[in-house]
Amino acid sequence: MDALLIEYLPILIFLGVAISLSIAMVGIAYFRSTSAPSDIKLSAYECGFAAFDDTRFKFDVRFYLVAILFIIFDLEIAFLFPWAISFHKIGWFGYTSMMLFLGILTVGFIYEWKKGALEWE
Amino acid sequence: MTFQIPIALITFYAFASILIASAVMVISAKNPVHSVLYLILSFFNAAGIFILLGAELISMTLIIVYVGAVAVLFLFVVMMVDFKAPGEGLSGSLKIVAGLIGSVLICETTFLFCTWQSSPFAKEGLTNPMPEGRTNAHSLGDILYTDYFLLFQVSGLILLVAIIGAITLTLRDRTRSRTQVISEQVGRDPKETVVMVKVKSGQGVSHD
Repeated sequence: MDALLIEYLPILIFLGVAISLSIAMVGIAYFRSTSAPSDIKLSAYECGFAAFDDTRFKFDVRFYLVAILFIIFDLEIAFLFPWAISFHKIGWFGYTSMMLFLGILTVGFIYEWKKGALEWE
Repeated sequence: MTFQIPIALITFYAFASILIASAVMVISAKNPVHSVLYLILSFFNAAGIFILLGAELISMTLIIVYVGAVAVLFLFVVMMVDFKAPGEGLSGSLKIVAGLIGSVLICETTFLFCTWQSSPFAKEGLTNPMPEGRTNAHSLGDILYTDYFLLFQVSGLILLVAIIGAITLTLRDRTRSRTQVISEQVGRDPKETVVMVKVKSGQGVSHD
Protein backbone atom coordinates (compact mmCIF):
# COMPACT_ATOMS: atom_id res chain seq x y z
CA MET A 1 0.00 0.00 0.00
CA ASP A 2 2.76 2.42 0.91
CA ALA A 3 4.80 1.16 -2.02
CA LEU A 4 1.82 2.00 -4.24
CA LEU A 5 1.61 5.50 -2.84
CA ILE A 6 5.34 6.03 -3.32
CA GLU A 7 4.78 5.31 -7.01
CA TYR A 8 2.36 8.20 -7.14
CA LEU A 9 4.71 10.60 -5.32
CA PRO A 10 6.16 12.07 -8.56
CA ILE A 11 2.63 12.88 -9.72
CA LEU A 12 1.94 14.60 -6.41
CA ILE A 13 5.13 16.64 -6.70
CA PHE A 14 4.25 17.50 -10.29
CA LEU A 15 0.77 18.54 -9.17
CA GLY A 16 2.24 20.77 -6.46
CA VAL A 17 4.67 22.40 -8.89
CA ALA A 18 1.91 22.91 -11.46
CA ILE A 19 -0.49 24.44 -8.94
CA SER A 20 2.09 26.76 -7.39
CA LEU A 21 3.42 27.82 -10.79
CA SER A 22 -0.02 28.63 -12.15
CA ILE A 23 -1.00 30.48 -8.97
CA ALA A 24 2.26 32.43 -9.17
CA MET A 25 1.78 33.38 -12.81
CA VAL A 26 -1.85 34.42 -12.47
CA GLY A 27 -1.20 36.07 -9.11
CA ILE A 28 1.75 38.15 -10.29
CA ALA A 29 -0.18 39.24 -13.35
CA TYR A 30 -3.16 40.12 -11.16
CA PHE A 31 -1.27 42.14 -8.57
CA ARG A 32 1.51 43.73 -10.62
CA SER A 33 -0.39 44.85 -13.70
CA THR A 34 -2.19 48.15 -13.99
CA SER A 35 -5.81 47.74 -14.85
CA ALA A 36 -8.41 50.45 -15.25
CA PRO A 37 -11.57 48.80 -16.55
CA SER A 38 -14.47 50.79 -17.89
CA ASP A 39 -17.84 49.85 -19.39
CA ILE A 40 -16.61 50.36 -22.91
CA LYS A 41 -13.46 48.29 -22.35
CA LEU A 42 -15.40 45.42 -20.83
CA SER A 43 -18.12 45.29 -23.48
CA ALA A 44 -18.07 42.66 -26.21
CA TYR A 45 -16.01 43.67 -29.21
CA GLU A 46 -17.43 42.74 -32.57
CA CYS A 47 -15.29 44.27 -35.29
CA GLY A 48 -16.20 47.83 -34.56
CA PHE A 49 -20.00 47.69 -34.56
CA ALA A 50 -22.38 47.02 -31.67
CA ALA A 51 -22.86 43.33 -30.86
CA PHE A 52 -25.80 41.76 -32.70
CA ASP A 53 -26.79 39.15 -30.20
CA ASP A 54 -26.22 37.65 -26.82
CA THR A 55 -23.50 35.02 -26.67
CA ARG A 56 -25.64 32.87 -24.37
CA PHE A 57 -27.85 31.01 -26.77
CA LYS A 58 -29.21 27.50 -26.52
CA PHE A 59 -27.08 24.74 -27.94
CA ASP A 60 -28.45 22.17 -30.31
CA VAL A 61 -29.72 19.01 -28.63
CA ARG A 62 -27.53 16.94 -30.95
CA PHE A 63 -24.41 17.83 -28.97
CA TYR A 64 -26.11 16.25 -25.98
CA LEU A 65 -26.91 13.10 -27.95
CA VAL A 66 -23.31 12.75 -29.09
CA ALA A 67 -22.12 13.23 -25.49
CA ILE A 68 -24.46 10.50 -24.19
CA LEU A 69 -23.41 8.05 -26.90
CA PHE A 70 -19.78 8.86 -26.07
CA ILE A 71 -20.32 8.13 -22.37
CA ILE A 72 -21.83 4.73 -23.14
CA PHE A 73 -18.91 3.55 -25.21
CA ASP A 74 -16.51 5.14 -22.73
CA LEU A 75 -17.99 2.90 -20.04
CA GLU A 76 -17.64 -0.08 -22.34
CA ILE A 77 -13.91 0.69 -22.62
CA ALA A 78 -13.65 1.03 -18.83
CA PHE A 79 -15.01 -2.51 -18.52
CA LEU A 80 -12.46 -3.80 -21.02
CA PHE A 81 -9.35 -2.88 -18.99
CA PRO A 82 -9.70 -5.31 -16.02
CA TRP A 83 -10.89 -7.99 -18.44
CA ALA A 84 -7.75 -7.65 -20.55
CA ILE A 85 -5.50 -7.76 -17.46
CA SER A 86 -6.91 -10.96 -15.98
CA PHE A 87 -7.66 -12.56 -19.33
CA HIS A 88 -5.63 -15.69 -18.59
CA LYS A 89 -7.24 -16.36 -15.27
CA ILE A 90 -10.90 -16.09 -16.20
CA GLY A 91 -10.63 -18.44 -19.16
CA TRP A 92 -13.30 -19.17 -21.75
CA PHE A 93 -16.16 -18.24 -19.45
CA GLY A 94 -14.77 -14.75 -18.97
CA TYR A 95 -14.16 -14.49 -22.72
CA THR A 96 -17.73 -15.50 -23.59
CA SER A 97 -19.07 -13.21 -20.91
CA MET A 98 -17.28 -10.22 -22.40
CA MET A 99 -18.26 -11.19 -25.95
CA LEU A 100 -21.90 -11.31 -24.86
CA PHE A 101 -21.54 -7.87 -23.27
CA LEU A 102 -19.92 -6.48 -26.41
CA GLY A 103 -22.63 -8.13 -28.50
CA ILE A 104 -25.38 -6.40 -26.53
CA LEU A 105 -23.66 -3.06 -27.01
CA THR A 106 -23.07 -3.77 -30.70
CA VAL A 107 -26.82 -4.20 -31.11
CA GLY A 108 -27.14 -0.68 -29.70
CA PHE A 109 -24.39 0.56 -31.98
CA ILE A 110 -26.08 -0.90 -35.07
CA TYR A 111 -29.36 0.67 -33.95
CA GLU A 112 -27.75 4.06 -33.55
CA TRP A 113 -25.95 3.79 -36.88
CA LYS A 114 -29.07 2.77 -38.81
CA LYS A 115 -31.18 5.38 -37.04
CA GLY A 116 -28.79 8.06 -38.25
CA ALA A 117 -27.84 9.34 -34.81
CA LEU A 118 -24.22 9.66 -35.88
CA GLU A 119 -25.08 11.73 -38.94
CA TRP A 120 -24.50 15.45 -38.89
CA GLU A 121 -26.41 17.44 -41.43
CA MET B 1 10.64 5.86 5.92
CA THR B 2 8.73 7.54 8.69
CA PHE B 3 7.84 10.54 6.55
CA GLN B 4 5.39 8.66 4.31
CA ILE B 5 2.43 8.71 6.62
CA PRO B 6 2.37 12.46 7.22
CA ILE B 7 2.55 13.10 3.45
CA ALA B 8 -0.35 10.74 2.82
CA LEU B 9 -2.30 12.32 5.64
CA ILE B 10 -1.63 15.88 4.48
CA THR B 11 -2.56 14.92 0.93
CA PHE B 12 -5.77 13.32 2.12
CA TYR B 13 -6.81 16.41 4.06
CA ALA B 14 -5.88 18.66 1.14
CA PHE B 15 -7.96 16.58 -1.29
CA ALA B 16 -10.86 16.26 1.14
CA SER B 17 -11.03 19.96 1.99
CA ILE B 18 -10.81 21.02 -1.66
CA LEU B 19 -13.47 18.40 -2.49
CA ILE B 20 -15.89 19.75 0.11
CA ALA B 21 -15.19 23.36 -0.77
CA SER B 22 -15.72 22.79 -4.48
CA ALA B 23 -18.86 20.76 -3.77
CA VAL B 24 -20.23 23.72 -1.82
CA MET B 25 -19.32 25.98 -4.73
CA VAL B 26 -21.20 23.69 -7.16
CA ILE B 27 -24.49 24.48 -5.46
CA SER B 28 -23.75 28.08 -4.57
CA ALA B 29 -22.17 29.37 -7.79
CA LYS B 30 -24.45 31.79 -9.64
CA ASN B 31 -23.22 30.88 -13.08
CA PRO B 32 -24.13 27.27 -14.06
CA VAL B 33 -20.99 26.90 -16.17
CA HIS B 34 -18.88 27.79 -13.13
CA SER B 35 -20.68 25.18 -11.05
CA VAL B 36 -19.92 22.53 -13.69
CA LEU B 37 -16.25 23.53 -13.53
CA TYR B 38 -16.33 23.19 -9.74
CA LEU B 39 -17.94 19.79 -10.23
CA ILE B 40 -14.99 18.74 -12.39
CA LEU B 41 -12.60 19.93 -9.66
CA SER B 42 -14.45 17.86 -7.08
CA PHE B 43 -14.29 14.79 -9.36
CA PHE B 44 -10.53 15.19 -9.59
CA ASN B 45 -10.19 15.46 -5.82
CA ALA B 46 -12.35 12.38 -5.29
CA ALA B 47 -10.07 10.54 -7.72
CA GLY B 48 -7.10 11.59 -5.60
CA ILE B 49 -8.75 10.24 -2.46
CA PHE B 50 -9.41 6.93 -4.23
CA ILE B 51 -5.71 6.70 -5.12
CA LEU B 52 -4.82 7.28 -1.46
CA LEU B 53 -7.12 4.35 -0.62
CA GLY B 54 -5.28 2.17 -3.11
CA ALA B 55 -8.26 1.92 -5.47
CA GLU B 56 -6.41 2.80 -8.66
CA LEU B 57 -8.89 1.44 -11.16
CA ILE B 58 -11.85 3.28 -9.66
CA SER B 59 -9.82 6.45 -9.51
CA MET B 60 -8.82 6.29 -13.17
CA THR B 61 -12.37 5.33 -14.17
CA LEU B 62 -13.60 8.36 -12.26
CA ILE B 63 -11.30 10.57 -14.30
CA ILE B 64 -12.03 8.91 -17.65
CA VAL B 65 -15.77 8.54 -17.28
CA TYR B 66 -16.81 11.37 -14.96
CA VAL B 67 -14.36 14.09 -15.92
CA GLY B 68 -14.08 13.02 -19.53
CA ALA B 69 -17.68 12.32 -20.31
CA VAL B 70 -20.21 13.15 -17.60
CA ALA B 71 -18.85 16.65 -17.01
CA VAL B 72 -18.99 17.33 -20.75
CA LEU B 73 -22.57 16.08 -20.76
CA PHE B 74 -23.37 18.45 -17.89
CA LEU B 75 -21.79 21.30 -19.82
CA PHE B 76 -24.01 20.55 -22.81
CA VAL B 77 -27.08 20.35 -20.57
CA VAL B 78 -26.16 23.71 -19.04
CA MET B 79 -25.71 25.18 -22.49
CA MET B 80 -29.07 23.84 -23.59
CA VAL B 81 -30.75 25.61 -20.71
CA ASP B 82 -31.61 29.16 -21.60
CA PHE B 83 -30.10 31.40 -18.97
CA LYS B 84 -30.21 34.96 -20.21
CA ALA B 85 -30.08 36.47 -16.74
CA PRO B 86 -27.87 34.43 -14.41
CA GLY B 87 -28.66 34.85 -10.76
CA GLU B 88 -32.35 35.59 -11.20
CA GLY B 89 -33.40 32.52 -9.21
CA LEU B 90 -36.53 30.40 -9.31
CA SER B 91 -40.08 31.65 -9.14
CA GLY B 92 -42.20 31.09 -6.00
CA SER B 93 -44.03 27.90 -6.95
CA LEU B 94 -40.89 26.33 -8.41
CA LYS B 95 -39.07 27.06 -5.16
CA ILE B 96 -41.67 25.04 -3.25
CA VAL B 97 -41.30 22.10 -5.66
CA ALA B 98 -37.52 22.27 -5.42
CA GLY B 99 -37.71 22.42 -1.64
CA LEU B 100 -40.01 19.38 -1.57
CA ILE B 101 -37.69 17.33 -3.78
CA GLY B 102 -34.69 18.42 -1.70
CA SER B 103 -36.33 17.50 1.61
CA VAL B 104 -37.35 14.09 0.25
CA LEU B 105 -33.76 13.48 -0.77
CA ILE B 106 -32.47 14.62 2.64
CA CYS B 107 -34.94 12.27 4.39
CA GLU B 108 -33.82 9.44 2.15
CA THR B 109 -30.13 9.93 2.83
CA THR B 110 -30.72 10.33 6.58
CA PHE B 111 -32.73 7.13 6.59
CA LEU B 112 -29.99 5.32 4.69
CA PHE B 113 -27.33 6.72 7.02
CA CYS B 114 -29.20 5.62 10.14
CA THR B 115 -29.81 2.06 8.93
CA TRP B 116 -26.39 1.66 7.31
CA GLN B 117 -24.59 -1.49 8.31
CA SER B 118 -21.11 -2.16 7.08
CA SER B 119 -20.38 -5.63 5.84
CA PRO B 120 -19.00 -8.07 8.44
CA PHE B 121 -16.03 -8.59 6.13
CA ALA B 122 -15.29 -4.88 5.87
CA LYS B 123 -13.05 -4.69 8.90
CA GLU B 124 -11.18 -7.79 7.82
CA GLY B 125 -10.72 -6.36 4.33
CA LEU B 126 -9.43 -3.08 5.70
CA THR B 127 -6.82 -4.67 7.92
CA ASN B 128 -5.69 -7.24 5.34
CA PRO B 129 -2.92 -5.90 3.15
CA MET B 130 -3.31 -6.00 -0.61
CA PRO B 131 -1.71 -9.16 -2.01
CA GLU B 132 1.70 -8.56 -3.51
CA GLY B 133 1.76 -8.38 -7.29
CA ARG B 134 -2.03 -8.28 -7.67
CA THR B 135 -3.22 -4.83 -8.48
CA ASN B 136 -6.66 -3.46 -7.94
CA ALA B 137 -7.64 -3.97 -11.56
CA HIS B 138 -6.42 -7.58 -11.40
CA SER B 139 -8.57 -8.49 -8.44
CA LEU B 140 -11.60 -6.82 -10.00
CA GLY B 141 -11.09 -8.52 -13.33
CA ASP B 142 -10.75 -11.92 -11.66
CA ILE B 143 -14.30 -11.91 -10.39
CA LEU B 144 -16.28 -9.29 -12.31
CA TYR B 145 -16.78 -11.26 -15.54
CA THR B 146 -17.25 -14.72 -14.05
CA ASP B 147 -18.55 -14.59 -10.47
CA TYR B 148 -20.72 -11.56 -11.18
CA PHE B 149 -21.70 -12.68 -14.69
CA LEU B 150 -25.37 -11.73 -14.34
CA LEU B 151 -24.71 -8.26 -12.94
CA PHE B 152 -22.18 -7.62 -15.69
CA GLN B 153 -24.65 -8.57 -18.42
CA VAL B 154 -27.36 -6.49 -16.74
CA SER B 155 -25.03 -3.50 -16.85
CA GLY B 156 -24.62 -4.12 -20.57
CA LEU B 157 -28.40 -4.18 -20.98
CA ILE B 158 -28.68 -0.93 -19.02
CA LEU B 159 -26.20 0.67 -21.41
CA LEU B 160 -28.25 -0.63 -24.35
CA VAL B 161 -31.40 0.92 -22.86
CA ALA B 162 -29.47 4.16 -22.40
CA ILE B 163 -28.46 4.19 -26.07
CA ILE B 164 -32.02 3.58 -27.27
CA GLY B 165 -33.48 6.04 -24.76
CA ALA B 166 -31.09 8.81 -25.69
CA ILE B 167 -31.77 8.31 -29.39
CA THR B 168 -35.55 8.21 -29.06
CA LEU B 169 -35.58 11.24 -26.77
CA THR B 170 -33.29 13.54 -28.68
CA LEU B 171 -33.16 12.43 -32.31
CA ARG B 172 -35.27 14.65 -34.48
CA ASP B 173 -36.48 14.19 -37.98
CA ARG B 174 -33.74 14.90 -40.47
CA THR B 175 -35.66 16.32 -43.38
CA ARG B 176 -33.01 18.91 -44.14
CA SER B 177 -30.30 16.30 -44.17
CA ARG B 178 -28.36 16.19 -47.43
CA THR B 179 -26.07 13.23 -47.19
CA GLN B 180 -23.79 12.18 -50.00
CA VAL B 181 -24.60 8.94 -51.79
CA ILE B 182 -21.14 8.14 -52.99
CA SER B 183 -22.08 5.18 -55.18
CA GLU B 184 -24.52 7.35 -57.10
CA GLN B 185 -21.93 10.06 -57.54
CA VAL B 186 -19.26 7.71 -58.78
CA GLY B 187 -21.60 5.62 -60.91
CA ARG B 188 -22.80 8.50 -63.07
CA ASP B 189 -22.28 8.14 -66.76
CA PRO B 190 -20.30 11.09 -68.13
CA LYS B 191 -22.14 10.91 -71.44
CA GLU B 192 -25.47 11.77 -69.77
CA THR B 193 -24.15 14.64 -67.77
CA VAL B 194 -21.61 16.45 -69.91
CA VAL B 195 -22.42 17.76 -73.35
CA MET B 196 -19.72 19.13 -75.59
CA VAL B 197 -20.91 22.06 -77.64
CA LYS B 198 -19.07 23.86 -80.37
CA VAL B 199 -19.82 27.54 -80.04
CA LYS B 200 -19.42 29.84 -82.97
CA SER B 201 -18.09 33.22 -82.03
CA GLY B 202 -20.71 35.90 -81.45
CA GLN B 203 -23.69 33.46 -81.41
CA GLY B 204 -23.84 31.89 -77.96
CA VAL B 205 -25.57 28.67 -77.00
CA SER B 206 -29.29 27.98 -76.71
CA HIS B 207 -30.16 25.54 -74.00
CA ASP B 208 -33.08 23.15 -74.34
